[in-house]
Amino acid sequence: MPHVDRIAEPWGTRTPYGPGEPWPVRVDSFLEAGVRAQDVDRWVQSATILHSNGDGLDIAVKDGRVVGVRGRAEDRVNHGRLGPKDLYGWQAVNAPDRLVRPLVRQNGRLVETDWDTAMERVAGRARQLLDEQGPSAIGFYTTGQLFLEEYYTLAVIAHGGIGTSHLDGNTRLCTATAAAALKESFGSDGQPGSYTDVDHADVIALYGHNVAETQTVLWTRILDRLAGPNPPALVCVDPRETPVARAATVHLANRPGTNVALMNGLLHEIIANGWIDERYLRDHVVGFEELQKRVHDFPVEEAARICDVPPDALREAARLIGTARRLLSTVLQGFYQAHQATAAAVQVNNIHLVRGMLGRPGCGVLQMNGQPTAQNTRECGADGDLPGFRNWSNDTHVRDLARVWNVDPMDIPHYAPPTHAMQMFRYAEEGSIRFLYVTGTNPAVSLPELERIRSILAQDRLFLVVQDIFLSETAQLADVVLPAATWAEKTGTFTNADRTVHLSDKAVEPPGEARPDLDIFLDLAHRLDLRDKDGAPLVKWGDAEGAFEAWKECSRGRPCDYSGLSYARLRGSGGIQWPCDADRPGGTERLYAEGRFWSAPDYCEAYGRDLLTGAPLSDTEYKALNPDGKAIIKAAEYVPPHEQAGGEFPFWLTTGRTLYHFHTRTKTARAPQLQRAAPEPWVEMSPADASRDGFAEGDLLEIATARGSVRARLRITEMRDGLVFLPFHYGYWDLPGGCGPGAGSGRAANELTITDWDPVSKQPLFKTAAARVSLVEVCPGTPSLAPTTTASRPVSAEVPATAGGAEAQAEESLS
Amino acid sequence: MNLDLVIRELHRSENELAHVLLRMSERHKTDHETYHVARDLAAWCHDHVRALAEAGKDYGLDLDPSPAGDPSMVERLRDKAAEWLGRRPEPGLLLLADFRHLYLAASEVSLDWELLAQAAQGAKQRDLLELARRCHPQTLRQLRWANARLKESAPQALAS
Ligand code: SF4
Repeated sequence: MPHVDRIAEPWGTRTPYGPGEPWPVRVDSFLEAGVRAQDVDRWVQSATILHSNGDGLDIAVKDGRVVGVRGRAEDRVNHGRLGPKDLYGWQAVNAPDRLVRPLVRQNGRLVETDWDTAMERVAGRARQLLDEQGPSAIGFYTTGQLFLEEYYTLAVIAHGGIGTSHLDGNTRLCTATAAAALKESFGSDGQPGSYTDVDHADVIALYGHNVAETQTVLWTRILDRLAGPNPPALVCVDPRETPVARAATVHLANRPGTNVALMNGLLHEIIANGWIDERYLRDHVVGFEELQKRVHDFPVEEAARICDVPPDALREAARLIGTARRLLSTVLQGFYQAHQATAAAVQVNNIHLVRGMLGRPGCGVLQMNGQPTAQNTRECGADGDLPGFRNWSNDTHVRDLARVWNVDPMDIPHYAPPTHAMQMFRYAEEGSIRFLYVTGTNPAVSLPELERIRSILAQDRLFLVVQDIFLSETAQLADVVLPAATWAEKTGTFTNADRTVHLSDKAVEPPGEARPDLDIFLDLAHRLDLRDKDGAPLVKWGDAEGAFEAWKECSRGRPCDYSGLSYARLRGSGGIQWPCDADRPGGTERLYAEGRFWSAPDYCEAYGRDLLTGAPLSDTEYKALNPDGKAIIKAAEYVPPHEQAGGEFPFWLTTGRTLYHFHTRTKTARAPQLQRAAPEPWVEMSPADASRDGFAEGDLLEIATARGSVRARLRITEMRDGLVFLPFHYGYWDLPGGCGPGAGSGRAANELTITDWDPVSKQPLFKTAAARVSLVEVCPGTPSLAPTTTASRPVSAEVPATAGGAEAQAEESLS
Repeated sequence: MNLDLVIRELHRSENELAHVLLRMSERHKTDHETYHVARDLAAWCHDHVRALAEAGKDYGLDLDPSPAGDPSMVERLRDKAAEWLGRRPEPGLLLLADFRHLYLAASEVSLDWELLAQAAQGAKQRDLLELARRCHPQTLRQLRWANARLKESAPQALAS
């Protein structure tokens, strides 16, 4: 079987295929040194958790330990392939520094204790605050990395039991805009498209989506199409020269903060040339006239001027998109974490609506997720929505949820939209949230303006609970730390960005006293003695499968209907896409076939918001706008970004995730191959900017904004002039400092980012800040340690190529 | 014809609304969404002020096209106070009070646009009607924003 260094070759070997053909199988695997496939005791079914692609895999178990992974050939998502993060990242499960006992703060220090003591502290403090202040004192901040069963249980506890509306996930930083944009256009969350659209598309447009690094296996699928007959044309919108940009037919490197201007320019050209489906618009869409009016006065030249891209490139992109027969669009952080996030993402949906390109093979929109289970936080209501895509401003929906939970509708807070994460931190700052329960996430590194976040988390008056698998920066600030089990140590389901549900079975025991998140939540519900309106326990299940069965009932009849699924059906399957019910037992590959949407006023998940102010529409307004449940086109005016580069801070700073690390590196930095590939943060600049300022590859620079400063070594790479890029989520846990920069210089990109968010999706802006750059130390001849295989590819030929060597040899079997 | 009266009044009330928005933004710098959105919305008022000054010329008015200046020094000092207050629970109440004030100010402007539109229709003044058609929806959006923010801030500010 051929071996490939998948650090040096992140996407592996090509298996070319043509339009409409099935994507060939290629099974990737990686086992611990010295272990051969025949030595493995058991293979346990699961899927990937270090990105949102949802690749099916099997976990190799030997002597009660995880010893490797292998892609599942029959999985609909990956056809056996795995990305570098999947191949190597599992090693973190076996890391020696896992949390194995609960910790409580005593005299300022975290000390080990037993579960009973720790949980009594948590429940005791919650009870005390409920008596003193009521549910407004309690907030929950979760992740995009737990399982569906856990989110649902958490939502029942928070919304139905405690009665707080302060429950959100870190999916707020990651893909809240995906959900918001889908709700605006289609009345409900849920991706219209499917990954199989890659097999059929003749044009693929990627908006702020560096898929090559964020979803390597999906990019592998695109690369295989590009290598085959009749390849699709790619349109890429990204200020950096990413691997996607290098493969693109047209690359638009627009100025940060101008996505809405760019989209309006594209729409102008598409409409002006009549590349629209008038029949589809008439039968299935409302709002087209307004869009027509809005973009009419927005000629391509004007858009190109604002965006600083060549007008001809913009025209060419519009032509490709406007004349595509099968158009697939994907969107991610370059739009979601940027100025006017939702307004821009909605314009991508608008392109598909004016072109009538939905619900058919090759005609998909994927408003992407970043994390593996982001979709589940949204479905289950653990992220500031109500479970089952119910509409918080529709009383019938709230009553229906109260029926499912057997509680009084008044007990479910729905007087206003559920509190979003940034607002929860604001309430904690003001002192009205006094109890914050953080599960599986690390706000002390991932939120904007870290100095502020650290000062909020470190307050004495805030009782901070952190449930995680490692002692993260945030956990170091906690009052109680609860050791959790992770993937492979617990059972549950999760759903990827194209609605594919996978089951992940327990393969091994968690280390020490660590417990599955679900068990911890059940314990909390029990200690708080949460009851339904008949006095029975509110949470009526005791294990994962029970939670799943309860969730099936909650989702029945809603867009994300799971009622046709079961653990038994998922076991052995190649993944099943929701909705899946009695009528659609095999699941549903594409939504909105024949222009049927979930947007009827009495059914839709949301009535929508004003794209500039974020103010929600009322039911009356929505009914007037869309009485017949059609898709909704929403026009948007471009407004300049709130922070502009110039003067003292002449550069645009943008940040992002890169190929070899994930989230706050708690897992990827504990996988040696991944850690060596990108061991420390770097800063990217264009050749022109670097040479003007006299900086050379590898020089140590300081990057500063109005919020703070960080230091990093320079990588000179092709990208827009006037831009600096920092990879985000490098924190401090693996430095002697601990949970912050201390007296030394910072390295987390979020020391620099601005506290500002999209008023519609409430997603923070990580992609635009005004910065200055200065030289700290000249380092001749020592290049930065940035990877050479990705967007950070150096312009200089002298930088040694990133490779994983002997320890990174993974197997590939081509059939 | 008393169209000049309505234009003059709108010019005043739009200026006032811009001022309320900017002051609000300065006062609630630590409430980041309020800070930024209020500034974006003040830009609409400034645009309306300019347009009204232009339109006023035909009715013998000489109105200042440039909006009344940024919040004064005194208010900048107060803004420091808001940052300090940002660490105490009271800003929730202050925010509520300010949104209530904004709502009332925006309602006044909205009423004036309605009056102008009615008068313009009566007097068959197409340009003025067009102006009201362009600007009034933005005032309504400002109003809805104030209303929405009141609704969502009230529970935490009043019930904790
Ligand atoms: S790295 Fe951050 S933004 Fe990217 S997927 Fe993870 S949580 Fe989302």
